[in-house]
Formats: sequence, C-alpha cells, structure tokens
Amino acid sequence: MEFDEAKKMIVEKLEKKAKTKTKFYFNDLAKILDMKPRLAKKLVTKMVEEGVLEYWSSGSTSMYGLKGAGKQAGAEGE
Amino acid sequence: MAKHATPLLDQLESGPWPSFVSDIKQEAEVRAKNEKGVEYQIPVDVCDDLLGVLELSFKHGRTHWKHGGIVGVFGYGGGVIGRYCDQPEMFPGVAHFHTIRISQPAGKYYNTKFLNQLCDLWDFRGSGLTNMHGSTGDVVLIGTQTPQLEEIFYELTHNMGQDLGGSGSNLRTPSDCIGSSRCEYACYDTQNLCHTLTMEYQDELHRPAFPYKFKFKFDGCPNGCVASIARSDMSFIGTWRDDIRVDQEAVAGYVGGELVPNGGAHASRDWGAFDIQEEIIDLCPTGCMRYEGGKLEINNRECTRCMHCINAMPRALRIGLDRGCSILVGAKAPILDGAQMGSLLVPFVKVEEPYDEIKEVIEAIWDWWMEEAKNRERLGELIKRQGFQKMLKACNIEPVIQHVQEPRHNPYIFWNEDEVEGGWDRDVNEFRKHHLR
Ligand code: SF4
Ligand code: SF4
Repeated sequence: MEFDEAKKMIVEKLEKKAKTKTKFYFNDLAKILDMKPRLAKKLVTKMVEEGVLEYWSSGSTSMYGLKGAGKQAGAEGE
Repeated sequence: MAKHATPLLDQLESGPWPSFVSDIKQEAEVRAKNEKGVEYQIPVDVCDDLLGVLELSFKHGRTHWKHGGIVGVFGYGGGVIGRYCDQPEMFPGVAHFHTIRISQPAGKYYNTKFLNQLCDLWDFRGSGLTNMHGSTGDVVLIGTQTPQLEEIFYELTHNMGQDLGGSGSNLRTPSDCIGSSRCEYACYDTQNLCHTLTMEYQDELHRPAFPYKFKFKFDGCPNGCVASIARSDMSFIGTWRDDIRVDQEAVAGYVGGELVPNGGAHASRDWGAFDIQEEIIDLCPTGCMRYEGGKLEINNRECTRCMHCINAMPRALRIGLDRGCSILVGAKAPILDGAQMGSLLVPFVKVEEPYDEIKEVIEAIWDWWMEEAKNRERLGELIKRQGFQKMLKACNIEPVIQHVQEPRHNPYIFWNEDEVEGGWDRDVNEFRKHHLR
C-alpha cells in the first residue's frame, strides 16, 4: 500500500471515531490498514515522524492518536 | 525546617532498614543548600514537594499521581513515563514529575566519569533522585518536567553516547549478567549477545508496535543472576551439551578440607567439616552423582545442569566445553493469571555470531505474538490461551521430549487432517456397505 493512501485511511477512520475515542492500540491501526503488523508498523512510524500521529504512553502500554487529539496528560477515563 | 510536615513518612525511617524517605530528605537538603551552585532548571524544592504529596497520599489512602501522557522525545515511543500530580497548586515542585529510563550498558559496567556526568545532568535538569537500577535493568531518573526532556535527551545522546531505555508496548531494555567478563560459569558471552540484539532491535525498542511489553534477559548459566527464567518473555540461559569436567584431585582436596567449599561464600560461620555425601551427592536433584572409593562419578545424561555441585566445588567441577544456551519463553509477573516461569522452547542452540539462529526464533515468536495476541496480552498469556503446540508450529520447531512437562494422563489424541493418511475424506457409499444407517 502507498503511504499516502494509508495515511488517508487512518486519518479518516480516526477522525470519524474522534468523538468517542482518541487513543488507539497499534493493532487497531494495523486492522484499519488490513495489513500484517510488521508491515503496518513501517507506515505508522512514518505517520508519527510526519506529525500526523503521536504516541501516548501510560508507562506500561503505548497507544497512538491523531496529533493533538484528546487528553494529552494522564487522565482517569474522563 | 522541612517545607511540609510528614509524620507518616517519618515513621518509615524508624525501622532497621535504609529508608527511601531519608534519601529524599537528604536530597531535599542538598538542593536547598546548593553548595555546588547548580542552576536548577526545575523547582529547587521538588524533593520537598515529593515528600509532601506522598504524605498526603498516605493520609488519604489513595494516590495523587496521574500516569501517562504524550510526553516523550521526538521519534521515540518509549523511555519517558509521564507523571503528573493532581494537586499541582499544593505541590508545584512535582506538578510534572516524569520518569526517564536510561538504557544500561551490557553487564552494567560504568566508569565513574559517566556516572558523575549523569548525576550532574540530573541535578541540573531533574530532581537529582535516581534509582539504580529499575527492575528491568535501566537506570531510572525520577522526576523532571516536560521542557527538560529534549534537553536531557540531546545531552545524553550527543555528549554521553547514551540512549534511552524501553517502556510501553516496546521491547524493553535487554539485560544480562556480567557473564564471561568476570564469571567462570558463563556458557556464552552474555554481554555480546545482549548488546548485539539491543542494537539489532532498536526499532522494536523505541517504536511501540507490540501488543504489550516484551523482555529479553540473558543469564550466562543456570545460576540465573538476572533471573531471566522468571522475569523475561524470552530468556536465554547458558548451558552445555557435553560432560561436567571433573578434577578428581581437587575433589579430594574438598573432601580432605584443603579447599573451602562454595568458594568460601559461607565461611563467616563454622558449618563443620565438608561432607561430600550429604552436601553434594544427596542434594543432586536428579540423583545422578556417586562418590565411591575416593572417586566422584556423574551420570551426565541425567544431569539437569542445576549448578549445585559446580557452585559448591568450583575448583573440582567445571562446566562442559560444548556450550550454548537454552531459550525459554513466557515468563511474567502477576496481574493476569498469576506469575509464570518461562517454558523451554529451544533446549540447546550454539551462541555464535552473528546469532542468526537466535534471531530467527525471536522473529518467529514476534510474528506470532503480534498477530495473535489481544491488546495487553503478554506472550506467556498467549501461550496459555492458544497452547504451546500452536507456538511450536508458528516457530516451526518440532516438538521434542524436553517440551513435555509430564507424561500424558489424558488418552484423547487430537489429530490434524494432514497428519492422517488419506485425510478426512472417505467414500460414504463404501462405508455404508458395512455400517447401516
Ligand atoms: S548467571 Fe551464571 S554466568 Fe552469569 S554471572 Fe551468574 S553465575 Fe556467572
Ligand atoms: S549440576 Fe546439578 S543435576 Fe547436574 S550433577 Fe551437579 S548437582 Fe546433579
């Protein structure tokens, strides 16, 4: 899959869900792209490098979100 | 006078053990005096406020920290753990109090210049409080604020040749025992393997795409100084295939009392004369040793390399010469399903550069786990859920006797179609000739 196509798919899907959910597991993204995780990772990493996505980490688990979306700091499910 | 009264914390200093409360108070005092004239980049009273918020948590019986966030350094998905205080007005010094993990060098060898540099940097841009080392092995720098993160990262990577460690759904900082650098029991070069894999898997270490954390640990022998068998998703334990080398003269030396057993480790008390029968032969877990007519014999086929006899008589018994490691998988701490020890996956593999055979196993495991695991499911949990057999298939490893924990007590055998000659298909008409409906 081309990078731009992948980016479009991810951004569209995440924006659609933005009202209810802003943080996604890596596997959710791989599923959106319908790709094997190790291949999807290359594209997702590039989206982070470009500033489309950003990492969110609780310390034990990591998630991804659209840059600037949702809570930035620790939150208690609010 | 301390900034906050901390009667509940003070009590923790009263026991016979060293107390983290005393340590934090000491650092608070050092910062307040600032004899070195450090230009502190985060509040000078960060340690006082840390004590204050801790005291409040004890009083309320609940935490006042909020964990997590997008904090990190650019391009890295791990290494920084965000932490914020939910009473920032009361405790402004710890409004942000992020943790930074520093990847420790293989074998944890440092020089004092490096440690001084690290501490100076941390006094300048952090709280001054460190944890040497966290349970994964990293140097843990406890407590700094968001604007300091990139500055610290720049200094570490550009001027100290030092990287961040892993956190989150990443490969965590691999950790190893000192291995052959100082230990004669080492069956492979733990530092080399640990360092090589750390460099090889930089992407996995810094860019989270795993279902959850994943840990490698490397023990040079079954003594397990980094406890890899209990603490890592993938554990590499040194072992040997041939025989324990026996020096009968040295055995006689131990029996005669000329050599102190256990390298003198228990010499602080008089345990009486060394009794080879009672202390070695009878304690061999597989009962594979014999001492008769002044000669020690080992039935090496039965030996499980538990290390007991070698630890007790290191001058007389030595590890074999055909060395390598065993790979175990699936160990983890509690949370789900309780704690688990690693299960043996590869009984023996030679540990030789460039370690291709080992990398093949690692990558097969990752492919399987990344595809099959649920979010936040450790490898050990996936093995339990889908079965050890599934994992063997995914890694293309033939089952061997060492994979069997106990003889089967269930007569049911499950066959896959491809294991049965002719498959499942049969001629129903032919069958009905002999079996009525
Ligand atoms: S694990 Fe074994 S080889 Fe490594 S330091 Fe401990 S005793 Fe030595
Ligand atoms: S290493 Fe352990 S199992 Fe092997 S001979 Fe020595 S005591 Fe027995």
